[in-house]
Amino acid sequence: MQPLLEIKDLVTVFNTQRGRINAVDGVSLSLPAGETLGIVGESGCGKTMLALSIMQLIPQNGSIEQGRIFFCGQDLLKLSPEEIRLRRGREIAMIFQEPMTSLNPVFRIGEQIAEAVRLHQNLSSKEARDVSIEQLREVGIPDPERRARDYPHQLSGGMRQRVMIAMAMSCHPKLLLADEPTTALDVTIQAQILDLISTLKEKNNMAVIFITHDLGIVAQTAKYVAVMYAGKIVENSWAERIFTNPVHPYTKGLIDSIPSCSIDPSKDRRKYLKTIPGSVPNLYNLPCGCRFRERCSVAFDQCLREEPPLIEIESGHFVSCWSAQGVGGKKI
Amino acid sequence: MNFWETFYRNKLALTGSGIVLLLFFVSVFAPLIAPYDPGQIDLKNVLLPPSLDHWFGTDQLGRDVLSRMIWGARISLKVGFVATGVAIIIGTLLGAVAGYYGGWLDAGIMRFVDIMLCFPTFFLILAVIAFLEPSIWNIMIIIGLTGWMGVTRLVRADFISLRERDFVKAAKVIGAGDLRIIFIHILPNAMASILVAATLGIAGAILTESALSFLGIGVQPPTPSWGNILTAGKDNIDIAWWLSLYPGLAILITVVGYNLLGEGIRDSLDPRLKK
Repeated sequence: MQPLLEIKDLVTVFNTQRGRINAVDGVSLSLPAGETLGIVGESGCGKTMLALSIMQLIPQNGSIEQGRIFFCGQDLLKLSPEEIRLRRGREIAMIFQEPMTSLNPVFRIGEQIAEAVRLHQNLSSKEARDVSIEQLREVGIPDPERRARDYPHQLSGGMRQRVMIAMAMSCHPKLLLADEPTTALDVTIQAQILDLISTLKEKNNMAVIFITHDLGIVAQTAKYVAVMYAGKIVENSWAERIFTNPVHPYTKGLIDSIPSCSIDPSKDRRKYLKTIPGSVPNLYNLPCGCRFRERCSVAFDQCLREEPPLIEIESGHFVSCWSAQGVGGKKI
Repeated sequence: MNFWETFYRNKLALTGSGIVLLLFFVSVFAPLIAPYDPGQIDLKNVLLPPSLDHWFGTDQLGRDVLSRMIWGARISLKVGFVATGVAIIIGTLLGAVAGYYGGWLDAGIMRFVDIMLCFPTFFLILAVIAFLEPSIWNIMIIIGLTGWMGVTRLVRADFISLRERDFVKAAKVIGAGDLRIIFIHILPNAMASILVAATLGIAGAILTESALSFLGIGVQPPTPSWGNILTAGKDNIDIAWWLSLYPGLAILITVVGYNLLGEGIRDSLDPRLKK
């Protein structure tokens, strides 16, 4: 079956005063219709730039250097800016991390949803208003007729994120890019928003890409997981497999560093949280060979020489690591 | 604290809006308020000092100064609004484009602004008027055409900061085009500073028009304007002080009024000044 979204060898670069960086460096992905993919990784690893590349909304000093993004069989990178604009919101929607600032402060929320509707559907303003109220009801906003007349500052963070979701869902997109949609919200609201997105996904048979650094969210919602590190995908598989049998040392490290609520009874104090030593490499000056080797506990001489390719080690499980691919060598 | 509360507590801003409202009232009802016809010449009663019949005296042709000033308020109001309107429209358009798109377009527009700012505005206006017929419409448009640079800089600065805001990204994501983002999403957020610039700009335009009329190249007699009443005052300053004093005061009070209003609006909109 043809996937809804297929990204092949995507490279997004930025030209800055300090030099050129590859924010997204050869990413390949595919996502069937109606499924959920979680993209996880540390801050600055290129998750958001990957999403913005799909939308073709990367900042002015960046550009998509190479690769293909097939959406419904069509290469998005070959479309004109106008054709892309018509697909934004209607076929691919996106929600952001910061609901407090993502709504325009000078418009009522009903007007903002109605605008999203009218940009893509030929409706009268009255019909668009009815649709916007319906959307607000759909995302669980109580008393939507009255709330539609509120300004963003009158709503709480969770409510605003619901409004953002209502706006994103207003044209029933086939793909929703959720860029850390719950990071700015507290935990109980977070769960509600995740539930809401899952419900809407089921109802509309919509594919979702969750971009997050929270593995808990991925475990809860995603069917597939891609782990990104410094612009590259290092491990990509089904969520269960990633969580039960992580192969790449970085994925293992991420899973080990999830804080746990348990207290170790054998000792009289709490366990220290495990961390991955070091920090994300400087993208201006990547180490030679594997870009994770400086922080890796199992790195050996091959890792210094050559960057490991992303190889399918078992059906549907891709890893970019020499040791996982059975290459041995002298420990460094 | 909301805008109106802050504004209401600001006594100077209230004074400013009082002056501006009074000016509006006088201009709109000029034909009803003015005790005499402003063009009515009465050669038997020239240069009369202020009295109960003529509160502000009469001029060298026996015309009532108060009536002429009341009609002159219309000119000031018209010049203030039309000239500032022209400046605001040009400034906002160029500033929005420069700030939103950035790059060479921004560089080009801002260098053009720098060039325009190099000309001493008043002499530029004098030079242009020398070639054109000095009608009130020409005056208003030329004042506007030489006064848009400050607005451009202001609007550009606002757009540069606003275009990076999340709601602009959100608008792009729902498929809004550039024009829609500029005019529907960003511009209303920049309205506050444009409004302040407009209010302060009106004061400047009134002052420029008065100066031009005083020099005889602005509003042409017999149409009354505060500036050309002053010209008559200058010719008779040793025998008729009232011809200079009252129009001078009117200009002063009007300009102060608009400035107070503009600053009051700015202070009320600036969150840092709110307590």
